[in-house]
Amino acid sequence: MKKTRAIVITGNGTNCEAEAAHACRLGGFDEAVIAHIAEILSGEIRLDDFHFLNLTGGFLDGDDLGSAKAQANRLKHAGVAGTGEKLVEQFGRFIAAGKLILGVCNGFQLMVKMGMLPGFDGDYLTQRTTLTFNDCGRFQDRWVYLKADAASPSVFTKGIGPGIYLPMRHGEGKFLCDDAATLERIEREHLAVLKYSGPDYAASTMEFPLNPNGAQHAIAGLCDPTGRVMGLMPHPEAFVHYTHHPRWTREELPEEGDGLKLFRNAAEYARKNLV
Amino acid sequence: MTHRIEVALKESVRDARGERIKREIGHFLHLPVDEVRTIDVYTVDATLTQEELQQAAAGPFSDPVIQEWSIDRPLGAGFDCAVEVGFRPGVTDNVGRTAREAVEYLTGRPFAAGEGVYYSVQFLLKGAFGVSDVERIATGLLCNTLIQRYSVLSAADFMARRGFSPLVPKVLGDIKAEVREIDLDVSDEELLRISKEGVLALTLEEMRIIQAHYREPQVVAERATVGLGACPTDVELECLAQTWSEHCKHKIFSGTVQYEDEHGNKQEIKSLFKSFIQRTTSDVRAKLGDGDFCLSVFKDNAGVIRFNDQQSLVFKVETHNSPSALDPYGGALTGIVGVNRDPFGTGQGARLIFNTDVFCFADPFYEKPLPARLLHPRRIYEGVVEGVEHGGNKSGIPTVNGSLVFDERFAGKPLVFCGTAGIMPLEINGTPGYEKSIQPGDLIVMTGGRIGKDGIHGATFSSEELNENSPVTAVQIGDPITQKRMFDFLIRARDKALYRFITDNGAGGLSSSVGEMAGECGGCRMDLAKAPLKYPGLNPWEILISEAQERMSLAVPPERIDEFLSMAARFGVEATVLGEFTDNGVFHVLYDGRTVAWLPMAFMHEGLPPMQLPAKWEPPRHAEPAVEIKGDYSDDLAALLSSLNICSKESVVRRYDHEVQGGSVVKPFSGVANDGPSDAAVVRPILDSFEGVVTAHGICPRYSDIDTYHMTANAIDEALRNYVAVGGSLGLVAGLDNFCWCDPVLSEKTPDGPYKMAQLVRSNQALYDICMDYNLPLISGKDSMKNDFYDGTTKISIPPTLLFSVIGKIEDARKAVTMDVKRPGDIVYLLGKTGDELGGSEYFALTGAIGNKVPQVDTGRAYRRYQAYHQAVMQGAVASCHDLSDGGLAVAAAESAFAGGYGISLDLSRVLWKGDVAGRSDATLLFSESASRHLVTVHPEKRDEFESVMSGNCFASIGVVTAEPMVTIAGLSSAPVVKAGLAELKEAWQKTLREL
Repeated sequence: MKKTRAIVITGNGTNCEAEAAHACRLGGFDEAVIAHIAEILSGEIRLDDFHFLNLTGGFLDGDDLGSAKAQANRLKHAGVAGTGEKLVEQFGRFIAAGKLILGVCNGFQLMVKMGMLPGFDGDYLTQRTTLTFNDCGRFQDRWVYLKADAASPSVFTKGIGPGIYLPMRHGEGKFLCDDAATLERIEREHLAVLKYSGPDYAASTMEFPLNPNGAQHAIAGLCDPTGRVMGLMPHPEAFVHYTHHPRWTREELPEEGDGLKLFRNAAEYARKNLV
Repeated sequence: MTHRIEVALKESVRDARGERIKREIGHFLHLPVDEVRTIDVYTVDATLTQEELQQAAAGPFSDPVIQEWSIDRPLGAGFDCAVEVGFRPGVTDNVGRTAREAVEYLTGRPFAAGEGVYYSVQFLLKGAFGVSDVERIATGLLCNTLIQRYSVLSAADFMARRGFSPLVPKVLGDIKAEVREIDLDVSDEELLRISKEGVLALTLEEMRIIQAHYREPQVVAERATVGLGACPTDVELECLAQTWSEHCKHKIFSGTVQYEDEHGNKQEIKSLFKSFIQRTTSDVRAKLGDGDFCLSVFKDNAGVIRFNDQQSLVFKVETHNSPSALDPYGGALTGIVGVNRDPFGTGQGARLIFNTDVFCFADPFYEKPLPARLLHPRRIYEGVVEGVEHGGNKSGIPTVNGSLVFDERFAGKPLVFCGTAGIMPLEINGTPGYEKSIQPGDLIVMTGGRIGKDGIHGATFSSEELNENSPVTAVQIGDPITQKRMFDFLIRARDKALYRFITDNGAGGLSSSVGEMAGECGGCRMDLAKAPLKYPGLNPWEILISEAQERMSLAVPPERIDEFLSMAARFGVEATVLGEFTDNGVFHVLYDGRTVAWLPMAFMHEGLPPMQLPAKWEPPRHAEPAVEIKGDYSDDLAALLSSLNICSKESVVRRYDHEVQGGSVVKPFSGVANDGPSDAAVVRPILDSFEGVVTAHGICPRYSDIDTYHMTANAIDEALRNYVAVGGSLGLVAGLDNFCWCDPVLSEKTPDGPYKMAQLVRSNQALYDICMDYNLPLISGKDSMKNDFYDGTTKISIPPTLLFSVIGKIEDARKAVTMDVKRPGDIVYLLGKTGDELGGSEYFALTGAIGNKVPQVDTGRAYRRYQAYHQAVMQGAVASCHDLSDGGLAVAAAESAFAGGYGISLDLSRVLWKGDVAGRSDATLLFSESASRHLVTVHPEKRDEFESVMSGNCFASIGVVTAEPMVTIAGLSSAPVVKAGLAELKEAWQKTLREL
């Protein structure tokens, strides 16, 4: 049987590559490769050889021009050696081939700023939404309850139940749309996969600190209409075992953490559809 | 060709940065401001077409969803006054650098020499205030004039001039490459003037030693062969000043001390470092025998211990006090990214796994006048917290443990301790990972950032007290991303064996790093003209000693250099060959082929005789406050919970990513609402293993007012008991000592030098005694000995402070214990005895008293008890455990209770007492800070198991966890002496720093 292969891109300030790759392996991928962006731009490692692309957390270029802005610019303009292609074209081919992309935190910021999400009508290069400074004005590391939209097309959140509990760790996570029509379409097509909520996952909330950044409609995660391209601010790779949970010493918890489900779904999808 | 691109938030978008500034103007300056809006300004000094400028503005510089932009046209409107703040020439401008790279990607063409992008921020203020108010806002809040410049325009002027004109903060200068010779054949007075004016921080005796060296006929003859005259060059003198600085050479710790104790017994101590610190480690290692886990101690940038059969742990803690006093943000940021390079540059290189931070500040709400040049404690607090936040978070290293300690004397100098641990394979490419070597012929390679005038004289400046003339150039701003790129590259180069030796460029710059490396093989030959510069105009001595950040120095075998350089280029990291290592015994520096420094290695490293230091111990006597007998201590408990040293630090800690890298097990917060204060941190550095690394620390400078021996003993005990509390193993734990002292050298400025020196001696004595008893080898440390402020009239000396950090292991992290009570009905135990030891306590501090009865550590009993407790943890018999420290039993009980969300009911009559019963009272039982105590809860079904494991040790069951959300403590007369609701106690604990 052919192998399911995940790739995690690192370099220029990405920080979560090791745990993201670990989560891919735990989730069921046969291989998870951490690739430095230099190894991709030099052509040593080809995106085409993988099924699942992880754009994970960090501070790309220090978020100096606004989170992930400089990397979005780099990916749009940088060419891959020996191919005559820009890297962004390889991204397009990856999506068109029916493969999976998950952006987490800084990776999610990168995706919205490249225009890869919400990906209306197959357009993955027009920015319609953004992630900007938290209303509280500060970086925050705290755990959040995320209500899942069962009607979402996202392949990552299939069957995850009413919601998941994950850590968020960002200063620029406030989700905003360019206009009401975009927001309305995101809601109508159930693309707002995850929303900040209370512990019962009953309703989304704008209340700090449950909603740690003041995101519009409490949106924490977003997918494209195919459900194969998704981003979220909280960190699923940071809750794959019960010892990650902030209250594991006082609560009865299953062995696996909530975040692992996203990677399990990705691996299962890749196994069924991509190899 | 200079253009201003302005980027502003759209009208409808909330300006969180502006709102924060508005709040701070209200808080700090008590000025009413209606609104603050901000605009990002990119001053582009490069040849770009109009179309390219538009692409840059619309692309990387702005976010179309929330922002609008303009080119050479001001966006500001609807304000009363505008302030624009940008960097001074030569100051690290990270945003400007990233902006420039973005433009280069966009156009596909690199900038020409001298071209650049410069970042500034425009603040648009609305409100009724005068010109002087705006000046206060600018200089008091928006701008640190040491590193930034600002301009102010009223709305009318702004209109008339069409906004601010472009300002390019470019460093102007030609390639001078000037080398001066300094005539040392002069009077003593003149020698001292040369030292003082050059910020060399060399004493007269040291200047005379240098003078004598240059008079030696053999030296003169040898110098002639390389074209040098009899006078030292400025390069040589500066190099010696760095190498011999207190900061680099630790002259006080290696000096000879004449110590006299309170009984008049005299003792000569040759080197505190050798007599106490090194001896502690060698004696503990001998005691551990086959159980010795130390691999590399004191000789490298950080200490190394064994973790398991494949991996070792590396740990180092540094201070960055003086720079943080001048520029809190830049100083602290540089502190954290600087200490990152220590474990990274240890052995063949380590992967970094966590940071720790301990800050000592004056009260952020301080309202008394301060001497000129001292920043307000609140600005230091804000700046340091933010600097470490950016440095740690952006580097992707979790900040897992820390403290904030407050004392008014830290207004003189804040203490900024930053620690970093790493993990390193025991074996790398077939050789021990913790060892490295240099062979003559290996190439000297510098990687990472470029050299500028930033950080010149950092090492010598921090070897003096802070004064009004402290040099601006000593301040730097770190650049975590340049460093991260370099680490990403170097860790891969390590695994390909592309270099043989690696070390950090920190204090003293190349003079220190290459100087020390040359010591490994016996010499070097380096050409400074090859070093990449941020801008032209640096003289050779400046290139040699600049402390510009984000640089590592390496020894690369000639046969690997091509692969090394080409890999560096692919990873976007600058790497430059500066010369080669030799074995001719000379530190030989050239500039463009011409010799500019020729220093025999032996003279550089061994030319300095030990300092002579008098020390006389006279125990201070403080007024002994009477402990007030009260019927109810609930208000005292609430006051303690609100005090700066005890209150919740959550508003700071939440700003630090403590979970990145995915190995977090015990976080800074525990409990039902994720907000109880954990005692120590546990992380799993290897994600598919459950072996955990445990780290904790102890610090109690208040006790120094009574006796630094006990300050030290308590700090070590606090570190170990925090470590033990969460489940750290006593079989594999090592310590790090970080001394921050006030100047202890007798001089005109320091007439009480012998007392301060005696305090240092006593601290070292305790270090040896306690570590020996606790089997704690010291693996690394640092001293910072000049933490004073002196402006000629006012002198502020910090209290002598030892930060003691520990690192060790828990075999199975799934057995870790947290401090929150777990369920009603659990039995509460107090391990250890309580005594009449309120001296230096937080309880006395509430009324401004100190007292004399400082807590004493009984190491023998404590160690056996810690061992038994660890066994109980390993058997799963412990539900929760919290260490007792500031505020004693009452505070620990309240914290455990509100963290767990259940009440606690205690009976003071059941608490074990030690010493004179005359001192036994409700107040001492509640608030005494007696050492080595833990508050433990145990499920009733585990009672027998717990008690049997603990048998033979001092412990007592003193109460129970209750469903009722109250802290109820019965006094000796059995009537309740504390009765308070959890919610009110928690609010008291959380309110103090919540808004900061």
